[in-house]
Amino acid sequence: MALDSKVPKGPIKDKWTDYKNKINLVNPANKRHIDVIVVGTGLAGGSAAATLAELGYNVKAFAYQDSPRRAHSIAAQGGINAAKNYQGDGDSTYRLFYDTVKGGDYRSREANVYRLAEVSANIIDQCVAQGVPFARDYGGLLDNRSFGGVLVSRTFYAKGQTGQQLLLGAYSAMNRQIARGKIEMFNRHEMLDVVVVDGKARGIIARNLITGEIERHSAHAVVIASGGYGNVYFLSTNAMGSNATAAWKIHKKGAYFANPCFTQIHPTCIPRSGDYQSKLTLMSESLRNDGRIWVPKNMEDVMAIREGRKKPTDLSEDERDYYLERRYPAFGNLVPRDVASRAAKERCDAGYGVNATGEAVYLDFASAIERYGKEQAKIHNIDNPTEAKIYELGKGIVEAKYGNLFQMYEKIVDEDPYKTPMMIYPATHYTMGGVWVDYNLMTTIPGCYCIGEANFSDHGANRLGASALMQGLADGYFVLPYTIGDYLADDIRTGKIPTDSKEFEEAEKAVTDRINFFINNNGTKSVDHFHKRLGKVMWDKVGMARNEQGLKEAMAEIKQIREEFWKDVKVPGNANEMNPELEKAGRVADFLELGELFAKDALMREESCGGHFREESVEESGEQKGEAKRNDKDFAFVAAWEYKGEPADAVLHKEELEFKDIELKQRSYK
Amino acid sequence: MNLTLKIWRQKDSNAKGQMVDYKVTDISEHMSFLEMMDVLNEQLVNTGEEPVAFDHDCREGICGMCSLYINGEAHGPDRGVTTCQLHMRMFKDGDTITIEPWRAAAFPVIKDLVVDRTSFERIQQAGGYISVNTSGNTQDANAIPISKHAADEAMDAATCIGCGACVATCKNSSAMLFVGAKVSQYALLPQGQVEATDRVMNMVKQMDLEGFGNCTNTGACEIECPKGISLENIARMNREFLKANLKG
Repeated sequence: MALDSKVPKGPIKDKWTDYKNKINLVNPANKRHIDVIVVGTGLAGGSAAATLAELGYNVKAFAYQDSPRRAHSIAAQGGINAAKNYQGDGDSTYRLFYDTVKGGDYRSREANVYRLAEVSANIIDQCVAQGVPFARDYGGLLDNRSFGGVLVSRTFYAKGQTGQQLLLGAYSAMNRQIARGKIEMFNRHEMLDVVVVDGKARGIIARNLITGEIERHSAHAVVIASGGYGNVYFLSTNAMGSNATAAWKIHKKGAYFANPCFTQIHPTCIPRSGDYQSKLTLMSESLRNDGRIWVPKNMEDVMAIREGRKKPTDLSEDERDYYLERRYPAFGNLVPRDVASRAAKERCDAGYGVNATGEAVYLDFASAIERYGKEQAKIHNIDNPTEAKIYELGKGIVEAKYGNLFQMYEKIVDEDPYKTPMMIYPATHYTMGGVWVDYNLMTTIPGCYCIGEANFSDHGANRLGASALMQGLADGYFVLPYTIGDYLADDIRTGKIPTDSKEFEEAEKAVTDRINFFINNNGTKSVDHFHKRLGKVMWDKVGMARNEQGLKEAMAEIKQIREEFWKDVKVPGNANEMNPELEKAGRVADFLELGELFAKDALMREESCGGHFREESVEESGEQKGEAKRNDKDFAFVAAWEYKGEPADAVLHKEELEFKDIELKQRSYK
Repeated sequence: MNLTLKIWRQKDSNAKGQMVDYKVTDISEHMSFLEMMDVLNEQLVNTGEEPVAFDHDCREGICGMCSLYINGEAHGPDRGVTTCQLHMRMFKDGDTITIEPWRAAAFPVIKDLVVDRTSFERIQQAGGYISVNTSGNTQDANAIPISKHAADEAMDAATCIGCGACVATCKNSSAMLFVGAKVSQYALLPQGQVEATDRVMNMVKQMDLEGFGNCTNTGACEIECPKGISLENIARMNREFLKANLKG
């Protein structure tokens, strides 16, 4: 099937408006005859479910947690971008669009990104109206801060808990619709397959995670909003339950999977400490506004610190290498995530890592505390303040800005980050790849939509900070509610979709057979055993830096682990009860396929791009020497993979990317 | 560290539960409490036993999913943290640790340490929202200035993660800290004023219907709350409730 992105014609700034003026609408009285299933109720799914219900559709929403409020969107810390230009520092829709396309290393779809920038301002208005308590300045107006990869302050925030507050906003909008009876909420349910009838998505098979019951649910359209697949690495910043299953199931039923190898490695995570570790914790990127990143200049100091003979605070200013400020003077500590991550890895690979494993750099707030302290002393007319007073005043400001993050760090690492610099290292965070969708956010299965992190379209090869929340809410509140109407307008006479058709029966049988297989397999190794092995191959060979040989090995090794998994996995307990091991088994089975496709995609892409650093593709001379080398001539396309059984047999379809409004050029943050 | 764990095992909501002893060895002080539970579960799977079911998800203290009553305290002995942020350095080699599910009639046990907190959902559905259309045709966000103080206070209330520690730790199983936090968030913001009367009446009514007890100002909830939600929110809810009743 040829890929049709369905991007409307005309100038980029008019595309969305013109499109909305021309699409088919569903009469309000007819909407109540139409059912929509939404799988996943984080920012994207929650906002979509609430808005579709408000428009009048009957929504059935599914979440694996006990409440939509627990979706992993809740963990996003730093903020949400919007081109409001409240600060008057030169922001505009175009500039947000430009920053996002450039930040994504020119691998996103221009028209989608422009639309995202265009609706961004509405999101803030919407959320404020819902009672989201964004930070305010003393005049009562909204406050902003800056994030990596941009030169303006366009990030709105609610302390370090922006994701939480935005999600609770969407959740409250859902609650209003649940109370009205327009959303039927299925908590503790997991989608295990999509049902396709006459070529259209018409329902899902779900498992009630409390009783184990397998259920059939029908609808006129299915929306997948199931988040990212970062847990393919086992260790990531994702929640433990975050999984690829819903997205992978629709892939196996015909939805193309795009750019799986585009995964973001986030620069500011707490380093890992041991083999027992279950996940990694992110420290918000907003810390880089005030924190300075460094490692010691001299190897003797590195050794002294590792052996505990010296403390980081013992090193004078000129004994420290502020490598981001040195290499990227224009952006300094605020370079984009991929650049900051690679630079940290480069220093640690060169032997300058400051913890026992050699995988950590410092994030230091001493100079920010001093700077703020002096400023506060001036504001409060304190003449000749003592150093202790300056520290106290400065600490107060840093605490007000990032207090919860500092507390979190202290609890995990058992060190006071006000007194000694934090240690950070990159970790897998967000997946830019995902299910391929057209401009309408529809997958290659008619009637099956995919929104938020689960799709691929807006972030290219790298996501700038504070834009995940923006995309989730833009898709859910403002884009999908229009585009889905265009499709559903043909369904007003269809009537209820029956669930006793052979398609539902077959899908249910496949789901039940697989569950029974796990329960009866009686293998010898736990699900986590296989997941950890997969994660190690992924990190070592398909992680921040990759090469041809390693990727080929990874594909073979993942296949081998998958075969062993199906022979030897052990799942205790029964199918007809709450069984967390059984849930995990199904998810890891899917990761074991996705992981191989991920490696295949990385092998095909012979360029360094975004978070994907191909060791064979590096700038060899000039100002950019040593930086990642993108190859626009051969790789300015979206790689959309069609399922053909084994992941190794997946067929590549290319959506050529056109850059008409932004010139393709080398990213420079120097 | 080597530890003895006394854990509540219960097959499902209808079954009778009991405490069962387990031993775990080689526990590092850097592990989180839930990672220690992972070690136990891996051990149980390997010996053919059913692992212990417990709720958890984000493991960074924000989703509110993890629970556990540890040595008689909600989220265990540390202050201001959820169970996923509790570290084993809070315990000593040779300790015996008692692990139970949340205790409250309105939170029935589903399995082992997993309880049903959907009563919280129904309270939110009774009025924990502002009735604004999600159309995007709302006025500019800066059109109604909000004082920094009010915004910060609303944010403090909104920080509640809905974990239920307040209920589990209260001798009356009261949900007033949870409900008070939500009522406060909206009561402090101009956007929440229009429906203030109905909101507090409906949420309090639902809270009573779910079988939560009343507040007797003991303050245990505030102490055990991982997010430091203050008792002031209960006072504010009481004032809002009184006001609403007077308006009638």
